[in-house]
Amino acid sequence: MDDFYRELIIDRYKNPQYRGELNPNDISFEDDNPLCGDHIRVDLRLDADNRVTEAAFAGHGCAISQASADLLMEAVIGKTLEEVKQINRDDILEMLGIDLGPVRLKCALLPLKVLKAGVYGLGEANEELVT
Amino acid sequence: MPTLDTAKIRADFPVLEREIHPGVPLVYLDSTATSQKPSVVLDSMDGFYRCCNANIHRGVHTLAEESTEAYENARRRVAEFIGSPSPRQVIFTRNTTESINLVAYTWGRANLKAGDVIILTEMEHHSNIVPWHILAAEKNIRLEFIPVTEEGLLDLDVYQDLLQLQPKLVAFTHMSNVLGTVNPAAEIIRLAHATGAIVLVDGAQSVPHRPVNVQNLDCDFLAFSAHKMCGPTGIGVLYGRKELLEAMPPFLGGGDMIKRVHLRSFTPNELPHKFEAGTPAIAEAVGLGAAVGYLNSLGMEAIAAHEQEIVAYALERLEEIPGVSIFGPSAKYKGGVASFMLKEVHPHDIAQILDGQGVAIRAGHHCAMPLHEKFGIPATARASFYLYNTMEEVDKLVEGIYKVKLVFRV
Repeated sequence: MDDFYRELIIDRYKNPQYRGELNPNDISFEDDNPLCGDHIRVDLRLDADNRVTEAAFAGHGCAISQASADLLMEAVIGKTLEEVKQINRDDILEMLGIDLGPVRLKCALLPLKVLKAGVYGLGEANEELVT
Repeated sequence: MPTLDTAKIRADFPVLEREIHPGVPLVYLDSTATSQKPSVVLDSMDGFYRCCNANIHRGVHTLAEESTEAYENARRRVAEFIGSPSPRQVIFTRNTTESINLVAYTWGRANLKAGDVIILTEMEHHSNIVPWHILAAEKNIRLEFIPVTEEGLLDLDVYQDLLQLQPKLVAFTHMSNVLGTVNPAAEIIRLAHATGAIVLVDGAQSVPHRPVNVQNLDCDFLAFSAHKMCGPTGIGVLYGRKELLEAMPPFLGGGDMIKRVHLRSFTPNELPHKFEAGTPAIAEAVGLGAAVGYLNSLGMEAIAAHEQEIVAYALERLEEIPGVSIFGPSAKYKGGVASFMLKEVHPHDIAQILDGQGVAIRAGHHCAMPLHEKFGIPATARASFYLYNTMEEVDKLVEGIYKVKLVFRV
């Protein structure tokens, strides 16, 4: 169980590289995980070809959701929005390098859910975005 | 004061023998969410299905008679347990939530009108907030809340001011599922009655853990769940004052809740059947009856004293840990709940690492988001105690928290 808390996750939680807000931005979205009260906001800046040039996340949550957000921001920089839409749950699990049960999976996938809802321009995030 | 023989009690609960990981025994500190079940409860339900399972109230064959008797006997045991003047005032529902909804949908709809005031508190579980939100939106009713002080107690001065609004209903939790605060229920009820208000007590956390007598409290409604008091899930109780229950319209419509049905009309059945439409949770009622018998055999005073001792020890040990802060009042104001935070570590991560040590606690907002909002914290970690918990288990909790600190380097 403690394998969850690999060095990478603790490091990213304690010293995130992409924490903050981008104002102005081209895409911004935020949402909660009602289960645990986690809240995440994701901001993106794009170039003329719709390629992500800057990414940042804000909010609060457990080590899994915060590390997942930080790694995800790193991963999207340089990608086009079309490429960002292709990111799925397996990519997140691979970034984190851990296996998760159904409850903690929600924590890990919250940042991706928020990111995708923003990229698709949806009013509300939904589970289908990350399945 | 009789004390509890926890070694003997623990042997009554099969799940407590379980190892969560090889060589790591279960330390179950989540009884506020749901309690574990003793063998007598499991056996009573199993025995019911094996020997006399039948639908109740209308059959005349032997099994139907026996099942009806078992079901109604459970009602009598519950009535006696809470000091209800009559078993007819004990309505079986699905859980506390449904009991409160029943009152909101029937008594509330029939008796409240636009502009009426309902007083709740800031420490309510969502189950005693949302039904009133729904009713308030439907009928344009005003909700007011007794504030929670920094210390985690209800502000009774503000309550007295709120009573000037002549509320129609005061609905409050006897014991907070997050802070552990045991509210001065008799006093709150006395003041409410003095202004003519009806009072509903959410007893989900008090009935399993301390003596609760509806006549001593003088409450009008009491709601609680079987599964938090050693009984099964799927059955709860609504106690109500007879005149109120009799005057209330029925809740769900269907079989059993009627006396007569015609194509274009029906006559509701008498109490308690009026509020029990359809086949109820019969085996679960039997299990609840057995749970009441089990609790009575230990004594509610002794259970409360045991938990008081454990929570006092737990608070003392938790306070020693650098970085830990406790959410809720001191031990003398509360039951067996210790909610806490650890600096720089999210409660979910605390719970996860503790699970690695076999220690089961809860993390989150515990269905009390407004309370967490008030204190500006998204979530807390909560250890809760019941009759089978021991001081050694508190020590394991504390050891586990030191492990969390190690992993998170705090």
